[in-house]
Amino acid sequence: MYKVQTIILKEWSEVFKNRLVFFSVAFLPLLFIALPVITTLATGDIGAGGPEFEEEFPAADVLCQNLEAAVCVEVYFLNLYGFMFMILPVAIPVTIAAYSIVGEKTTRSLEPLLATPITTTELLAGKALAAIIPAIAATWISFGIFVIAMYFLVSNTAFQYLLDPLWILAIFVVGPLLTLLAVTIAIMISSRVSDPRVAEQISMLIILPIVLGVVGQSVGLLLIDRQFVLLVALVVLIIDVALVYVGIQAFERETILTRWK
Amino acid sequence: MIKTINLSKNFNGTTAVDRLTLEINSGEVFGFLGPNGAGKTTTVRMLTSLIAPSAGTAEVAGFRVGEADQQIRRHVGILTEAPGLYERLSAERNLQIYARLYEVPEVDGQVERYLRLLGLWERRKDAAGTFSKGMKQKLSIARALLHEPRVLFLDEPTAGLDPEAAKLVRDFVAELRKQGRTIFLCTHNLDEAERLCDRIAVFNQKLLSVDTPSGLRRQIYGRQIVFHLADSPEPYVSAIASLNYVKKVEAIDNKLLLSLDDPERYNPDLIRQLVSAGANIQFVGELRHSLEDIYLQLVGHV
Repeated sequence: MYKVQTIILKEWSEVFKNRLVFFSVAFLPLLFIALPVITTLATGDIGAGGPEFEEEFPAADVLCQNLEAAVCVEVYFLNLYGFMFMILPVAIPVTIAAYSIVGEKTTRSLEPLLATPITTTELLAGKALAAIIPAIAATWISFGIFVIAMYFLVSNTAFQYLLDPLWILAIFVVGPLLTLLAVTIAIMISSRVSDPRVAEQISMLIILPIVLGVVGQSVGLLLIDRQFVLLVALVVLIIDVALVYVGIQAFERETILTRWK
Repeated sequence: MIKTINLSKNFNGTTAVDRLTLEINSGEVFGFLGPNGAGKTTTVRMLTSLIAPSAGTAEVAGFRVGEADQQIRRHVGILTEAPGLYERLSAERNLQIYARLYEVPEVDGQVERYLRLLGLWERRKDAAGTFSKGMKQKLSIARALLHEPRVLFLDEPTAGLDPEAAKLVRDFVAELRKQGRTIFLCTHNLDEAERLCDRIAVFNQKLLSVDTPSGLRRQIYGRQIVFHLADSPEPYVSAIASLNYVKKVEAIDNKLLLSLDDPERYNPDLIRQLVSAGANIQFVGELRHSLEDIYLQLVGHV
């Protein structure tokens, strides 16, 4: 664990001295907090809702059962913005993880690092946790701020919706599982490419399914409810276990050292 | 301290190292010379357990490559061809990271010791990226030594350094030699190899020759004595060639060049013979071929 901790602290010292990486880690959480706050303040009077609103946003129909039209609009937007926080656990760590191995290759620091008595598991665990911890922390903190902000900005009935176990499951279980998935894939890509930009661009594709889910929900094609989130958690957990195993097995020190020029 | 038997490495059908058999003693500074692409770095990588041999066996610091790789990594230090430092981090932080990875007991003390030893203590808080090439190389050497390895692999330690920085590095390697560490030195710098190494191996995919620098000279050229005469040496060539201990005689300008095994024993007689034959000898000396001549002869570029 001592060596894992050393790698984590090393990664953070390096990564957070890179302004671009620091900005990309800090920007999205700030945006995802600012967006709902500004929208809620700006659209305070669109709370009329009603049949036209439900017609335009079919998902609202399911969400708004037994709710007043004005509360329905609030719940609809809380649901939409809430799920946008599911992008954070994937988007934030990808930048850090994509750079992790290929960055060591480009600076030629990988060879002396691999020459130390660190095991592959320790090295990958350190690299992965260095990306996972800030991502989860940023997601939880920004979601917490979002919840507090909404407490003051939406009606009590609408706010109760945010206390649904669905969100605990989504943010505290599915979020970290998605982070692990994104980080494992990004590190695997990082081990196989020679350019940090390529690693980041390919790794960013991992965000696509999440964005599609959020968009799908906003246009009414998808309803993200407790059952759906549970199913996603289960599927991602299985994929995570398989990917972590494959990732460790596929990390061939020799291939990484000798094939890269 | 290092022993290899038929150590080989193939990459997709291309042989990088072909049946290398070596034995390097404890405390020896061993030079490993060869042209670019000869397989020197591949050999170092195999001996430091970074890559696995395709065939053959190797033992480093008493541990078998492929069987005790973690132990080998614990007991060897490596200076890679490129410094490979974390350039955004300070010199001190760079060393602290490696000290922890090598499980050094007194991290801060050991880091301070090597920063001071290599003259980097005053710059310890500066980012490694701001250092000159020579300073980066010194920092890399400190990194390789933090865990007090018994065997040290130095891959081109002075490559790309200016003469002053190269001298600093060479002086430090000479210090390490005094400490009795076993050093495996890959270099292109033949003068450096001759000055620092107890023995030298000339290598180009396979081992071409291994010996002390003077042993290599003997292997390739034998011992050659040159007599500078005041007049033409031609009249004396046949008489000298008839002496049974003389292997070869050549007359070049006003010099007689003789190959023989034991000049200390035969030179007095040779001088007597030449003087009695009427030669006016101005100087006598042993002809020392440069290591470059030997190297080029061995790698086949002459």
